[in-house]
Amino acid sequence: MAAIYSLYIINKSGGLIFYKDCGTKGRMDTNDSLRVASLWHSMHAISQQLSPVNGCTGIELLEADTFDLHCFQSLPGTKFFVVCEPGTPHMESLLRYIYELYTDYVLKNPFYEIEMPIRCELFDINLTQAVQSDRVALLGR
Amino acid sequence: MAPVGPRSGDAIFSSIDRVNAELFTLTYGAIVRQLLTDLEEVEEVNKQLDQMGYNIGIRLIDEFLAKSGVSRCVDFKETAEMIAKVGFKMFLGVTASVSSWDADGTCCSIILEDFPILAKVFTTAMS
Repeated sequence: MAAIYSLYIINKSGGLIFYKDCGTKGRMDTNDSLRVASLWHSMHAISQQLSPVNGCTGIELLEADTFDLHCFQSLPGTKFFVVCEPGTPHMESLLRYIYELYTDYVLKNPFYEIEMPIRCELFDINLTQAVQSDRVALLGR
Repeated sequence: MAPVGPRSGDAIFSSIDRVNAELFTLTYGAIVRQLLTDLEEVEEVNKQLDQMGYNIGIRLIDEFLAKSGVSRCVDFKETAEMIAKVGFKMFLGVTASVSSWDADGTCCSIILEDFPILAKVFTTAMS
C-alpha cells in the first residue's frame, strides 16, 4: 500500500509551523525540517517567477525517483505539502482535507496564535485518522 | 482528479455544525454589555469590537476558502457579492444583498434582512 512519509505546514512567511513524519523512512530532526521547509518556501516562490505563463500559483507536484511531493497553497498563503511514495493516489484531496482540518481545529482554537507552531491536540488526532491508508482511499471518491 | 467546484452558501451551511441562534445572540449581547461596563466610552467599545471582528475575520477567511472552494475574485464587486451571498449564508444563515455602489466601484452597502442579533436589541427612548 503506497505510503505517506511526512507532512509539512508552512506559514505565510516561510516558517515551518507543523511537521509530522508518518513512516520509518525520511525522518528528520527539528533543525533539518525547519531548513527544508524554508528552502521549499523559496523554491515555490521562485517557480512562480520562472513560469512562462501568467498567473502561475507555484509548484504543485514534484516527482523524484524515490518520492513524490504534493504541495497545496491556500489563497492567504499557507502551504501544505506531503512527501509520499511515488504514485500515491488522492494526495491533492488529502491536502484539501487537511486544509479543512486546519481551519476547524487550529484556527478555531482560541489559544492558537496565527503563524505560530501548531500545538493543537484535536488537530493531531484528526490528522492521524486522516492519513491512515484506508481513509485516504475514501477521499478519492 | 477533477477539482471540486465552488459550493453554494446553503449547501455549506447545512453541512457544518451549528449552534443555537439564541445562544449566539445572548453571548454577543453579554460581550457588548461587559465591554460597555469596562470601557464606558461608546467609541472605545466600537474600536474594540472592530478589532475583535478583524481578528475573527483573519481566521474565518481560511475556513471560508476551504469549505466553499471559491477561487480568487477578479474585482471588488465580485468580492462584495461573494461575502454577501456565500459568506453570510454560510456562517450566519442569513441572506444579504449588495447595493448602493458608488461611481468608482470602491464603496457599497451590504443589506441584511432579519439579522439574528438584532432580535434582542432594545433602544431606550429619551423622553
